[in-house]
Amino acid sequence: MDLTTSDPATSTAIPPSPGSALPRPETDAVVRVRGLRKRYGPKHAVAGLDLDLHAGEIVAVLGPNGAGKTTTVEILEGFRSRDAGEVRVLGEDPATAGRAWRARIGVVAQDSRDQADLTVAECVRSTARYYPAPRDPDQVIDAVGLRPQERSRVRSLSGGQRRRLDVALGVVGGPELLFLDEPTTGFDPQARRDFWDLVLGLRRTGTTILLTTHDLAEAAHLADRVAVVRDGTVVATGAPETLGGPDARVPVVSWTADGEARSERTSTPTSLVARLTAAAGGGEITDLRVTRPSLEDVYLGLLRHPTDQLDHSTEDQS
Amino acid sequence: MSATLSPARSTAPRPRATRLPGAARLAGVRAGVELRQFWRERDSVVFIFAYPVLMLAIFSTVFGSEEQGADGVSIDYAQYFLPGMIATGIMLTSFQTLAISIAMERDDGTLRRLRATPLPATSYFFGKVLLTLATLIPQTALLLVVAAVAFDVPMPSDPGRWFTFAWVFVLGTACGAVCGVGFSSLPRSGRSANAIVTPVVLVLQFVSGVFFAFFALPGWMQSVASVFPLKWIAQGMRSVFLPDDLVALEPSGSWQHVATAAVLAAWLLIGLVVGARTFRWRRRDDG
Repeated sequence: MDLTTSDPATSTAIPPSPGSALPRPETDAVVRVRGLRKRYGPKHAVAGLDLDLHAGEIVAVLGPNGAGKTTTVEILEGFRSRDAGEVRVLGEDPATAGRAWRARIGVVAQDSRDQADLTVAECVRSTARYYPAPRDPDQVIDAVGLRPQERSRVRSLSGGQRRRLDVALGVVGGPELLFLDEPTTGFDPQARRDFWDLVLGLRRTGTTILLTTHDLAEAAHLADRVAVVRDGTVVATGAPETLGGPDARVPVVSWTADGEARSERTSTPTSLVARLTAAAGGGEITDLRVTRPSLEDVYLGLLRHPTDQLDHSTEDQS
Repeated sequence: MSATLSPARSTAPRPRATRLPGAARLAGVRAGVELRQFWRERDSVVFIFAYPVLMLAIFSTVFGSEEQGADGVSIDYAQYFLPGMIATGIMLTSFQTLAISIAMERDDGTLRRLRATPLPATSYFFGKVLLTLATLIPQTALLLVVAAVAFDVPMPSDPGRWFTFAWVFVLGTACGAVCGVGFSSLPRSGRSANAIVTPVVLVLQFVSGVFFAFFALPGWMQSVASVFPLKWIAQGMRSVFLPDDLVALEPSGSWQHVATAAVLAAWLLIGLVVGARTFRWRRRDDG
């Protein structure tokens, strides 16, 4: 089902990326975090974190459990106080922002099981009424694919349907910035694909999205940029294709010679293969493979060198 | 999920100035949501409406042959028992139901979700108050009808007594509601809410002249009960439904309307201050 947009001009009002215009980071920044710190007792959950989101982009925050992702997101949502640092979300400090600000954000949190006795349509319609300029609830129900369940009680929904309802409730207010916290955990592959299409559709309407996920394929598919968080700081940021820099992405050529598995990291795999071909006298090279590190390989590599990064963050603290 | 969403705001330029919906209107929206959810939880609906009536029926049937009284004044059991049942209905529906339901809504994430929307906190609470009134008024009416029809309890004809009924009812409900909001932060989880809230009400019912005649309780128990609202709500209701000569059975020898208003107002204030200071949108284990 394809619903036409009532005014296409609005969807282009926010450029999808900063583009080639003069850099205006201050006005373009939907989220700007500098030196964010939060501790629980002796534990530094967030230890000097910097993060920027520009209008219309999807940024995925990656990191192991306990890295400070959720704490950071909850500070940005205005749910949690911070100990130090500068936080601007849609031009305001979430700690003091009011109703008008909350009308401009959407939150899809983890693990919801509320409003079990309402129907899907009642949930979406009543939530829409809290906002000054909501989306059409019926359109939102269609967009998340819950039309057949419109009259079902929320408690009767499957896990995936429930998650889609969460998204419907997060976007029905027409947010400029949407927080998605591990949105596809527990989805089957098809549901996950559908969900990704929904998120990309949201971006086309100009919505800026902050996504936290453990799913590297999800981050690679959806995100314009990823930020890897470890020990409360961002240790790397960049497009999924370039994260970690060229060094982290050196291809590996592997083959078998004399019954022995060989492999070599090289930035010029073609010439290596040419040399191997020549050495083999033009015959087949056994088990030849050229692999480029996936986002997952790069990500795991970034988490594997704790010492340099720990030193780095200690310098930051002093 | 193939449908596309239209841009957030359908009119250009982006109407940032669009007015937020008013708090009063949103309280109405919330009350509608609350009522729907309430009616769909059948067991609690039955409990809320049947409990006071059932208790009145049981106690009046078991002790129906006995008169309540001392020192030469006495009264039919059902008539003495009715004010206590009205008071306990107010306490259950306002204090107990709210304390438990808010603790559950904190646990299941309702509050967290609402907190992320532009819904003002006042609209949430007024939605709760409207739900409380929408259940308490029919519940009390039902109790009065059953008492009058099935147990021949005489209803007062003096408008002054109905005025007393009205202000004790409103003040008692408001007091119970804000104390319920304040108390809702005490249970650590939704599951423990019942176990923490119910005994409080149960104990108050025993010491406040609901299940036992207040004048027959030991003095120290009367003193303890006098600290809490239920005793005053019950006493206020006795002043509405009992004949004037029964005032002789009150430990103070008077209906103490001024003291009743003062104690309930004090609890209302304490509840507001404590509630405002301790209210949390999220579970404790959420940090």
